[in-house]
Amino acid sequence: MNPEHYPALIVVTPLIMSFIVFTIGLFNRRYCFPVVIITLGACVYFAFNMLMRVMTLGNAIHYRMGKWAPPWGIEYVVDHLNAIILLSIAVIAFFVAIYSKANIKKEIPEDKLPQFYTLFLLQTTGLLGITITGDAFNLYVLLEIASFSAYALIAMGRKGAEFAAFRYMIFGTIGACAYLLGVGYLYMITGSLNMADLAQLLPKLYSSTVLITGFAFLLVGIAIKMALFPVHTWLPDSYTLAPSAVSALLAPLFTKVGAYALIRVMFTMFEPSFSIKTYPVTEILGWIAAAGIIFAGILALAQSDMKRMLCYVIVAEIGYIVLGIASANRYGLTGSILHIVNDMFMMVCLFTVAGTVYSQTGSGDINQMRGLHRTMPITISVFVVGALSVVGVPPMCGFFSKWYLILGMIQAKLWVFLVVLLISSLINAILFFRIFEKVFFDLSAKEGHTHGHNGISVTMDKLSFGELVPMVFFALVIILLGVFSGAIIDHIIQFAVPKIF
Amino acid sequence: MELILSKFNYWIYVVLIMVGFYGMMAKNNLMKKLIGMNIFQWSIILYYVSIGCKKGGTVPVIIGGHGAEGQIVRAIEYINPLPHVLMLTAIVVGVATTGIALTLLIIIYRKYGTLEENEVIEALKK
Repeated sequence: MNPEHYPALIVVTPLIMSFIVFTIGLFNRRYCFPVVIITLGACVYFAFNMLMRVMTLGNAIHYRMGKWAPPWGIEYVVDHLNAIILLSIAVIAFFVAIYSKANIKKEIPEDKLPQFYTLFLLQTTGLLGITITGDAFNLYVLLEIASFSAYALIAMGRKGAEFAAFRYMIFGTIGACAYLLGVGYLYMITGSLNMADLAQLLPKLYSSTVLITGFAFLLVGIAIKMALFPVHTWLPDSYTLAPSAVSALLAPLFTKVGAYALIRVMFTMFEPSFSIKTYPVTEILGWIAAAGIIFAGILALAQSDMKRMLCYVIVAEIGYIVLGIASANRYGLTGSILHIVNDMFMMVCLFTVAGTVYSQTGSGDINQMRGLHRTMPITISVFVVGALSVVGVPPMCGFFSKWYLILGMIQAKLWVFLVVLLISSLINAILFFRIFEKVFFDLSAKEGHTHGHNGISVTMDKLSFGELVPMVFFALVIILLGVFSGAIIDHIIQFAVPKIF
Repeated sequence: MELILSKFNYWIYVVLIMVGFYGMMAKNNLMKKLIGMNIFQWSIILYYVSIGCKKGGTVPVIIGGHGAEGQIVRAIEYINPLPHVLMLTAIVVGVATTGIALTLLIIIYRKYGTLEENEVIEALKK
């Protein structure tokens, strides 16, 4: 295979394989899983290869679908910004697939497995496609592919999941339609759908009301898909009730891909000065995000279910990313892009732990987690790594993206947002230390039963290899991303930030 | 009045989208929500189709074709087919949405015996 075609292959391979998996599943269910692993492994290879090529070339790879020249044909573009996000998506999908092997059987009936894997691959197709495409309408189609698979996957979950999926669907359709309308408005005045072409045509029209309406619709559509604060209401229910492996796939990826699309629309399709100076878009987004961070933090404190608490943490994290965009300077945007990548790994780490705890103890309640460090020491260690990263403790990656976000706030002199970031870190600390306290320091209940054995009896996790490896891997990635964050910024992210900053 | 008449296609789509939005947000019955969602989607399709339309326009092909006498239609005279083609995709997306939504509604009805939103929420609380 020619490396030239990797941009197309990374989307087409999981798309075609999803149907093949379904067909194989009709005959023998056992072969579904290996096929999925091979497909996603190929995606990881394509993404890694493209990232390397972008880094050595120093500029973007443009791929023309069917050799049609850009303004007419669909163009796939890989640059520094989406190459690293593509790789993160592929890696997370790959390891969540491994994780799902042992985990998903406990939550959905055996005969639904082919359907599950079909949707899993379609979901990955959609997410990779949203990230790689350079065409505004193509983005809509792929957004819908990802959303459909998400609705169906969520509906496989616990009691009430199908109702949550329906509500998500109502919201998601409004979001997608708003995006579609926005594209329609832009098409009406420019006659183009290609993002790079739009970027050239639009600056002359910045005073047009049609353009402003279109821009507003695009932002609203993406905001709903990425669960920005006032329109996040679909997220907690649907991600809580979905099967563990599904929420481990969706929760870290979907919202972050939405955040990526927001950066694309605001800074690639439109010039950064449009949303900073011409209209106070970044300022408005900043206030919305700040309100969302505080609101989601308080709601997270009120939850006793671990997955639901993590859902509100996601809403807050999305707020961080938007806050970085709102600061509209180099530091803030570096922080945002770094946080997209870091947050993907932090959330997948925490959601896999939540899924494991749920499948082992049969409960997602924080109060039921007492003394778990004795029965599942590895799982809880992974949880500690992920949690400390969300709080922002230095060796973990969460600290570094927060550091850049704070630098961005200081440089933009946005003191209110700075205070919001710091308060939110404190709220996160309370959130997770509350759980640590429950897990580690609740000695009273257990000690009475263990006569004379020093009160400590540690057993290893009763987990299969397939569940442990992904969790430990995610924890390692969190630490490595933190240790090498300087290198990542120097070699990738500094080129990903729009040149104007 | 002239503002309405001269741009009546946009007004129709605005009215339809509001009807759909109202259905989605205010109705208690999940099936009615779904119908509202469909109206919402189709109104956007109508909007796209209408922006590609032109009075007295013709098809964007070379008249006479193949031969040397082929005469190219000027851009101002033909109808842009692209919005219509885009809507083929959007229609497929709409059909898929409706399909998934109906499936979900069937599951909800089998499990809870009702499609009224408040009754489903009541049943879930138990």
